[in-house]
Amino acid sequence: MMKILFFASLREQLNTEEEQWKELNGALTAGDILTQLQTRGEPWASALNGDRLLVSINQEIANLRSKITVDDELAFFPPVTGG
Amino acid sequence: MPAHIGSIRIQEADFSIDEEYKRLRIAHPAKNGAICTFSGLVREFGDREGVTDMFLEHYPGMTEQSLQLIINQAAERWKLNEITVVHRVGLLCLSDQIVFVGVSSAHRADAFAACEFIMDYLKTDAPFWKKECHEKGSHWVEAKESDQKRTKKWS
Repeated sequence: MMKILFFASLREQLNTEEEQWKELNGALTAGDILTQLQTRGEPWASALNGDRLLVSINQEIANLRSKITVDDELAFFPPVTGG
Repeated sequence: MPAHIGSIRIQEADFSIDEEYKRLRIAHPAKNGAICTFSGLVREFGDREGVTDMFLEHYPGMTEQSLQLIINQAAERWKLNEITVVHRVGLLCLSDQIVFVGVSSAHRADAFAACEFIMDYLKTDAPFWKKECHEKGSHWVEAKESDQKRTKKWS
């Protein structure tokens, strides 16, 4: 089961903090998952459109070309602002 | 240095600099020549003026992992005895403590440098997000180019 998490402003815009996918619908990379999310229409298309969107796979920073499997934990979030 | 050097705590509760300092001081008796500590606080002017509160969100698990990576890099780069990082999450008020970084070493140069290095990387790499609250509402803090520049200077 793939877990997809959203944080901070993204979590608020999407009104979703987590979802689980049993199948990847042909997705091979994090970018493929992002594309599938974007094609849901609004608010997904706009919220996930930013070029500053970050992605992590299994809690490590990744990029949209990074390969994924159905057992992975993906997360999308804006640039970090702690400290 | 072992892979899991240092102490990392993510918590809602406040921390005591005095207690953290004491812990660093007694961890390696007679080996410490210097302890450098940093604390970050909630101030009234952030991205906008008139901040009244702040909400801090994080990615549990990834936060600890990314801080561990930063600490390990610092421990490879300088000769350090002990490292402590405490970061608060949840709702914080004006002048509350947000973050603590403490480093002990034989020499001050290593302690100063490592403390700054850890803070700079924490700012750009650790998955925390701040939301500033004002009288008229709230907004998520924007990541700063100046923070990216500070981190890049270490590479």
